[in-house]
Amino acid sequence: MNLGQSIIEAIESLNANKMRSSLTILGIVIGVAAVIAMLAVGNGAQNTITGSISGLGSNLLFVFRGGTNEEVRNPKPLTVADAEAIADPFQAPSVAMVAPAISGNAEITFSGEKTNTQIYGITPEYELVRNYELLEGEFITNQHLLGRASVVLLGPEVADKLFDRRDGVTGETIRIEGQPFRVLGVLAPKGGSSFGSEDNVVLVPFSTAQTRLIRRQSDRVDLILVQAASADTVTQATDEISQILRARHRVELGADDFTIFSQQDFVQTAQSITNVLTIFLGGIAGISLLVGGIGIMNIMLVSVTERTREIGLRKAIGARKKDILIQFLTESSLLSMFGGLIGIGLGWLIAFVVGQIAAASGTELIPDVGIDAILLATLFSTAVGLFFGIYPANRAANLQPVEALRHE
Amino acid sequence: MSDWVIETKDLRKIYQMGEIEVRALDGVDIQIERGSVVSIMGPSGSGKSTLMNLLGCLDRPTAGEYILDGERVAKMKDDQLADVRNRKVGFVFQSFNLLSRQSALSNVELPLRYAGASKNRREKAIEALTAVGLGDRVDHRPTELSGGQQQRVAIARALINDPAIIMADEPTGNLDSKSGAEIMELILSLNKTLKTTIIIVTHDANVAKQTQRIIRLKDGKVVGVEENL
Ligand SMILES: Nc1ncnc2c1ncn2[C@@H]1O[C@H](COP(=O)(O)OP(=O)(O)O)[C@@H](O)[C@H]1O
Ligand SMILES: [Mg+2]
Repeated sequence: MNLGQSIIEAIESLNANKMRSSLTILGIVIGVAAVIAMLAVGNGAQNTITGSISGLGSNLLFVFRGGTNEEVRNPKPLTVADAEAIADPFQAPSVAMVAPAISGNAEITFSGEKTNTQIYGITPEYELVRNYELLEGEFITNQHLLGRASVVLLGPEVADKLFDRRDGVTGETIRIEGQPFRVLGVLAPKGGSSFGSEDNVVLVPFSTAQTRLIRRQSDRVDLILVQAASADTVTQATDEISQILRARHRVELGADDFTIFSQQDFVQTAQSITNVLTIFLGGIAGISLLVGGIGIMNIMLVSVTERTREIGLRKAIGARKKDILIQFLTESSLLSMFGGLIGIGLGWLIAFVVGQIAAASGTELIPDVGIDAILLATLFSTAVGLFFGIYPANRAANLQPVEALRHE
Repeated sequence: MSDWVIETKDLRKIYQMGEIEVRALDGVDIQIERGSVVSIMGPSGSGKSTLMNLLGCLDRPTAGEYILDGERVAKMKDDQLADVRNRKVGFVFQSFNLLSRQSALSNVELPLRYAGASKNRREKAIEALTAVGLGDRVDHRPTELSGGQQQRVAIARALINDPAIIMADEPTGNLDSKSGAEIMELILSLNKTLKTTIIIVTHDANVAKQTQRIIRLKDGKVVGVEENL
């Protein structure tokens, strides 16, 4: 018998037991749908997180105080002088731009509206390395820095809270910790929820923050943002910065009192976390696919028993072992393949709904049903059908014709 | 020199039931002439079905030789036996054994499919159905046919591969006397036109009377051969 005929016969036979076939298929549908949905949501989460990390800027390095080694006592704080040393093109040729920043929390008010937000004291470089864009107004400049000007850039969420709008607020005067500041402009939304909201911030000139808002001792900074000259020089820049800071802080080798993270480090950490999550969820979903496979085996065994006489007859008129084997394997594979196809559709739908729910609750998560997930699910479900079909099919193929014909 | 289509020598089938040995066939020597109609009779338990199964290549003997249409089949493997059954043997069962979900046509075609023949299957099946008088019932399912008609479909299926022998196990056993008589008539007329050798196992003396030869079995042995005129 050729394959086309086997498939037609298998469909006829599955069709003769519609209820039973559909319930068996349902087991596979649920398994495959779960796998597809879980992988899609996992991928979506990963895309969102890596996307928001890339949104921070490009080729960035983050320098913090304190070592990864716990034995480092009394880490020296980072200072403006450290930042200036890193900015020196002779000491650190791989560094393109350096942006020291200090940060803290502050209460902001405007005619009765009040909000608490993250406040950053920054230099104009910070706006560049972070790729900030403006909805309106203008950036903080060196003039503002020199004059310790009372000006502020509002994150879009802050503008929403204070003014209920994001335009036409430039020139207004708000109060930060009770002191009046003129609104210089409004930042374009960055989105991203993985680091808390990137949009619920205000930026003020570094010198203004240092002297009047955050009040750091001498010229301490909380964070130095460094942009490497190119993607290829990120590692090199890390080495240069390490050397400069070790020299300036006089630390022994292996006892660094600072930590440098690259954007890539963040992406990798986030990816490994979401990967574990995806594998875990996919694994649980895979178990339900396995259960579906056992359902197929169960039904095929029942079917072999019920059709023993038919098998005997087929053998009597010339069916070989192989023919019977193929007949039953075709049936079980078709069951799982139909289940797989419907499951892919359903999984897609579930992933889409999850995405909608996430969007409705303010988290940006676009589920990503990859072609690889579809291939994987199709292959895996057909393999499940084949694998769990082998035992029943073998049983059928090995029936002795005389005994099979005598059955019932 | 006669032309034997079936020849057995000291054919034995022994079932081991724990301690007890059941000699279902205990040294059977028979020869059946090509183109003849032969019936096998005997009391219940005498070994008729066992002999049918061996002659039809559904089972292997414990010992002895069996030559079917020039092929030694006694020691063949399962798949070789399947091939011999497909090419040389047609079966007609007491309970018809049709696939209930498939049309008369598909049922009749089935041996051709296992033979791997793809040419003119449909035409051949229609021809066979016409030969048994069911040319107008091609697309009916077994459930839509009477018992006599179902047995006709089974006979068409047995004929389709132009076999050397047709084995019929109580072919009229499930039929009323009128349809039974018609089926016997059909079998005999097919033997005349197609020259196919036909072996019928039966309890019915009326059926046996219509065949050319009666082989009588008892306790697994041939106890008599009668020639009818
Ligand atoms: N599969 C088997 N296992 C054990 N004994 C069997 C088996 N088949 C047949 N027999 C025995 O062989 C003898 C002949 O049986 P059978 O060929 O069915 O006789 P008949 O068809 O003439 O009634 C009986 O005694 C029966 O019990
Ligand atoms: Mg019997």
